[in-house]
Amino acid sequence: MNRIQKKLKENKKLLSIYFTAGYPNLEDTVPIIQELEKEGVDFIEIGLPFSDPLADGPTIQESSTRALRNGMTTSVLFEQLKDIRKKVDIPLILMGYFNPVLQYGVEAFCKKCQEIGIDGLILPDLPLAEYQREYRPIFENYGLINIFLITPQTSDQRIRQIDQASNGFVYMVSSASTTGAQSGFGSIQEKYFERIAKMQLIHPLVVGFGISDQATFEVATKYAQGAIIGSAFIKMLDKEGKDGIVPFIRSIKTASQK
Amino acid sequence: MNYNVDPSGYYGQYGGAFIPEMLYPNVEELRQNYLQITSEESFKNDFHQLLKDYVGRPTPLYFAKRFSEKYNTKVYLKREDLCHTGAHKVNNTIGQILLAKRLGKTRIIAETGAGQHGVATATVCALMGLECIVYMGEVDIKRQAPNVARMKMLGAKVVPAKSGSRTLKDATNEAIRDWINHPVDTHYIIGSVVGPHPYPDMVARFQSVISEEVKKQLLEKEQRENPDYVVACVGGGSNAAGIYYHYLNQPEVGIIAVEAAGKGIYTGESAATSVLGRTGIIHGSKTLLMQTPDGQITEPYSISAGLDYPGVGPMHANLYTSGRGEFISITDDEAMQAGLELSQLEGIIPAIESSHALAIFKERKFQEKEVIVINLSGRGDKDLNTYIDYFNL
Repeated sequence: MNRIQKKLKENKKLLSIYFTAGYPNLEDTVPIIQELEKEGVDFIEIGLPFSDPLADGPTIQESSTRALRNGMTTSVLFEQLKDIRKKVDIPLILMGYFNPVLQYGVEAFCKKCQEIGIDGLILPDLPLAEYQREYRPIFENYGLINIFLITPQTSDQRIRQIDQASNGFVYMVSSASTTGAQSGFGSIQEKYFERIAKMQLIHPLVVGFGISDQATFEVATKYAQGAIIGSAFIKMLDKEGKDGIVPFIRSIKTASQK
Repeated sequence: MNYNVDPSGYYGQYGGAFIPEMLYPNVEELRQNYLQITSEESFKNDFHQLLKDYVGRPTPLYFAKRFSEKYNTKVYLKREDLCHTGAHKVNNTIGQILLAKRLGKTRIIAETGAGQHGVATATVCALMGLECIVYMGEVDIKRQAPNVARMKMLGAKVVPAKSGSRTLKDATNEAIRDWINHPVDTHYIIGSVVGPHPYPDMVARFQSVISEEVKKQLLEKEQRENPDYVVACVGGGSNAAGIYYHYLNQPEVGIIAVEAAGKGIYTGESAATSVLGRTGIIHGSKTLLMQTPDGQITEPYSISAGLDYPGVGPMHANLYTSGRGEFISITDDEAMQAGLELSQLEGIIPAIESSHALAIFKERKFQEKEVIVINLSGRGDKDLNTYIDYFNL
């Protein structure tokens, strides 16, 4: 059982943070991970920046552009993370677009992830069919959990398919949108969360897109085991830098988890 | 070997649908319906009626006598420049808008680089009374003011793409993001044989009317359906897909693809994807792609705004890799000279994109009796400012 699977067995609401590697500064990747672990975040998505992030809204686009300008590349990230398992034990997921992985070489990429101690991958533009057509055995061979997305438009039948093909959690995108597009959840989202929760999937649900504060975190985790904050965390980093991490995480976690 | 798309959406090793789950229902709806809808009699009737009465098809296949004499071979021009709106682009937008209507869509989005596809989309939206939003790079909006005005006059909303390099690829990203945010009522009219399956095949089928006509016209003029070569410029590659389509699996017909070398292939300012690209993913398709060693997509350059796409349609990537197609790169200068030459030999001012295809005769020699059909994909009106600046007219 890898760290993600172990974490999902814990009987608590899980808070996850997404941030773009190499942002705001190239060398911030590891200190941010350490700080998040210290503050009791449950798992982390490290964003591998891409020039053309078509599922992302302006906040993550901008952080990716700046990270690339700072000199972030796949090799630089692997170099930064090479001793990460001497420093933290928190589950780590790499999230990015498929092209940089393809250029590194899918097998070489997965091998490197295993060496470093990365637990899983989220590659939104590597959908189920393409994954199963060519890449599944490679991911599995290196013990990587691959996480698929579902959206309000995903049919029940496809959700079951995705659930079957998963080995960690199912990433429930909160609305039909790019990242960082909305503020707050309405009754439409709650109904959708409830509908999916009632499906009793094999794998736990983790909600992403649109979680920005304690209120949205609470709503999401009423129906799902965890929730992921991305754009709101990056906006905070942009404004306050690393000093803002502690108050930000505490503002989400008050009442809910302590 | 079959050079059409296979049932899983691939051309050899290229193609597929590398799309985020948010787009899956939209693309899947198209994939499940496009073949059935477009093969219905009523669809075919509407499509061909509009191509005839509205676009002005069939476009002539013109024997370019003086041009042929100069290069001592037989050159025919397929006159797509005579289509309504000035280029082949409208063949595809007519097809897609009819499809969108049958799928019950009420809102149309599109990307555009030079503005030709944007104009062709705005045109058919006006024709059908559908809302039209065109994404265009902020940089291109400044460069292509007349086409922006055309789209506005046709009732479209032109939205500047402000991300990345603010050109065609970023306009495409923005259109895709719009589609993610409007999954139910919106159809995305992609302008070339790019994007996730079924787009490359769907657009190629709508453009295939070009080679369908060539077959009939050539039979009349040369008593043969098949030329020795079909030639087209390739950016994303929709006009090329159209003129190759009915010849793809006929090995006796040579396929020549002409890419933009810009200021020279290795100058760093080029759009010669077959030479400079490696297999990668762009806009949901696995294809040849210009990128950094790390897999970041790079910005191509060509004097012609219609050819500066960092990828190429998966059909063409497969034609290149398999050796079925012969790929030639033409520089800005060579293309501009060829445009001037055609103007003065035949009285036809071509779009700079098409001028690239006309420029191959300087280096690529043909036999006297060989029949070469060039797709003259667009007219040069939109490029007049570039011609004026270049030749000090």
